[in-house]
Amino acid sequence: MNNKLYEYLLMLGDNSMILGHRLSELCGHGPNLETDIALTNISLDLFGQVRSYFQYAAEVKGGEFTEDTIAFLRKDREYRHVLLVEQPNEDFGHVIGRQFLYDSYHLPLLKQLTESKDETIAAIAHKSVKEARYHLRFSSEWVKRLGDGTDESHQRMQKAIEHLYPFIFELFQETDIEKEMKELKIGADLSRIKEESMTTIGEVLADATLKIPESAPRMAKGKTGIHSEHLGFILSDLQYMQRAYPDMQW
Amino acid sequence: MDIKSLEERFNERIDAGESIEAKDWMPEKYRKTHIRQISQHAHSEVVGMLPEGNWITRTPTLRRKVALLAKVQDEAGHGLYLYSAAETLGITRDEMMEQLNSGKAKYSSIFNYPTLSWADIGAIGWLVDGAAIINQVMLTRTSFGPYARAMVRICKEESFHQRQGYEIMLTLANGTPEQKEMAQDALNRWWWPSLMMFGPRDEDSPNTAQSVRWKIKRKTNDELRQQFVDNTVPQADYIGLTIPDQDLKWNEEKGHYDFGPIDWDEFWQVVNGNGICNKERLKARNDAWDNGEWVRDAAIAHAEKRQNNKVVKKSA
Amino acid sequence: MKKKEWPLFEVFIRSKNGLEHRHVGSLHAADSDMAMENARDVYTRRAEGVSIWVVESRHIMASNPEHNGELFEPAQDKVYRHPTFYDLPDELKHI
Repeated sequence: MNNKLYEYLLMLGDNSMILGHRLSELCGHGPNLETDIALTNISLDLFGQVRSYFQYAAEVKGGEFTEDTIAFLRKDREYRHVLLVEQPNEDFGHVIGRQFLYDSYHLPLLKQLTESKDETIAAIAHKSVKEARYHLRFSSEWVKRLGDGTDESHQRMQKAIEHLYPFIFELFQETDIEKEMKELKIGADLSRIKEESMTTIGEVLADATLKIPESAPRMAKGKTGIHSEHLGFILSDLQYMQRAYPDMQW
Repeated sequence: MDIKSLEERFNERIDAGESIEAKDWMPEKYRKTHIRQISQHAHSEVVGMLPEGNWITRTPTLRRKVALLAKVQDEAGHGLYLYSAAETLGITRDEMMEQLNSGKAKYSSIFNYPTLSWADIGAIGWLVDGAAIINQVMLTRTSFGPYARAMVRICKEESFHQRQGYEIMLTLANGTPEQKEMAQDALNRWWWPSLMMFGPRDEDSPNTAQSVRWKIKRKTNDELRQQFVDNTVPQADYIGLTIPDQDLKWNEEKGHYDFGPIDWDEFWQVVNGNGICNKERLKARNDAWDNGEWVRDAAIAHAEKRQNNKVVKKSA
Repeated sequence: MKKKEWPLFEVFIRSKNGLEHRHVGSLHAADSDMAMENARDVYTRRAEGVSIWVVESRHIMASNPEHNGELFEPAQDKVYRHPTFYDLPDELKHI
């Protein structure tokens, strides 16, 4: 049981961490200062969540585990995030598209988790749900601005959605661990999330004058550890210090 | 009133320690000096995000990551406050960005040095922010109100930056031999550029007298530099790191540290665009600005559409 | 054609309930909705506020400093508007 709870916490934490990592790459490179600051706020919120999940995961695991060994010292196969969040910052349209699609899932997820039978998860969700609500508001507004802005921005945003949308289905595919956590009323029911998420996506894209792509879902198995080629490069950054200088205090 | 009496009245106000506000009459040179100085200061904050930003994805721990992200983000905020202060004088943000991106405007040369190791993040926080704070605390009392107010806000927020950097150095200095070496190497590389941050010697700084007269600066470059050395040497001693200056010693008589000569050739080389990272910093700023253009345009276009929809709805 | 810049907004923040909103600074935004979000992200990073006002800078009418004499100096000799103008015995309390 503990091992499964641990794995579930990794799924929650890794999504926030890899998405936060992608956003942190942009710090100092945003389209203007206001937007740069706003995106970094989201990244900081996500890393705050990561720390809560991993501190708890370390507690669950016991022994020598810490938030940092969990964040930095796993092998690539042991990361449990979905492929959506590791998609690169192709342009600002992709950044916003990725954020929006994830937020549309993240908010209903956290809403459910506030009711989790696991008190620590419920407490983390209680704090994070407010952050996610703001993130969704922010990203939805930007999807509308870019979708219904200029011709160029419309085309770019549509292109970003075409690329990213097929990745969202992985979020709703229930793994064995998610099923078990749902049954124990620790985890969330993905089918309920899907319903809310798809409604949000439909409404916002319509407002943004964007088309929902008809392309088939991408084959994606991030939750079980099979990732795209992007992850290796992310980890070579993320893990650089801990790998190059092992067993030190920082 | 004629210009001459306006100028006399202005000087009286400066002498009386009054704040000058954006809409007040001011000599054209005072306005221009401020636009230049405040925008350069803002550019330094914004370009200053790059060397540290370089390590955000590679921090060794999560705690260090959130601290560094928050710090670099603060610098964006500080750039924003300063650009806003300059804008009260009749220049736009886009005009200032254009000056930065074209290479016409200057920014602090220290940011043209590379960050080569994690310890550089510690050294920048400790030394570069330490030097900046000395300058900025002085500027909270500068004569131009919007600049002084931006500085008050910035100093309040910056208080964690130097502590963040020094804590990194402290941890490294108390760590393994390899970590201590990393810290010493960073100090060796950042020490002299930090001293150069205060600008040329007083005798080579023709603008200083006028700046002091107008209470833009309240201390000279050399006075500020001395204050920085005096503050910093004991901090290096405390963590057992050695400042890379053989001439450095306490002067009992003066009550200050004496220190060795600064390599002004290096200073001018970097100022003139030939530092290790000048081109890369400018390219990063240009890329961010150019790649953001369609985003900024889209937001304006969308805002206009929303506005028109409101008008249509109202009249319907 | 000159590019359209995001307009400048002034930001006012109530730091806690019971206090007035105070001017804290400026920022750029494409419209007032975005200005509100930007103000939240730029000016309340350290839990500085419980309420935000934003207004586009061009809508603020400012007094002209050249008129300061006629606007503000006449009030300076109206000492009878201040409590210290009135001579009352010291032993009197609560007045």
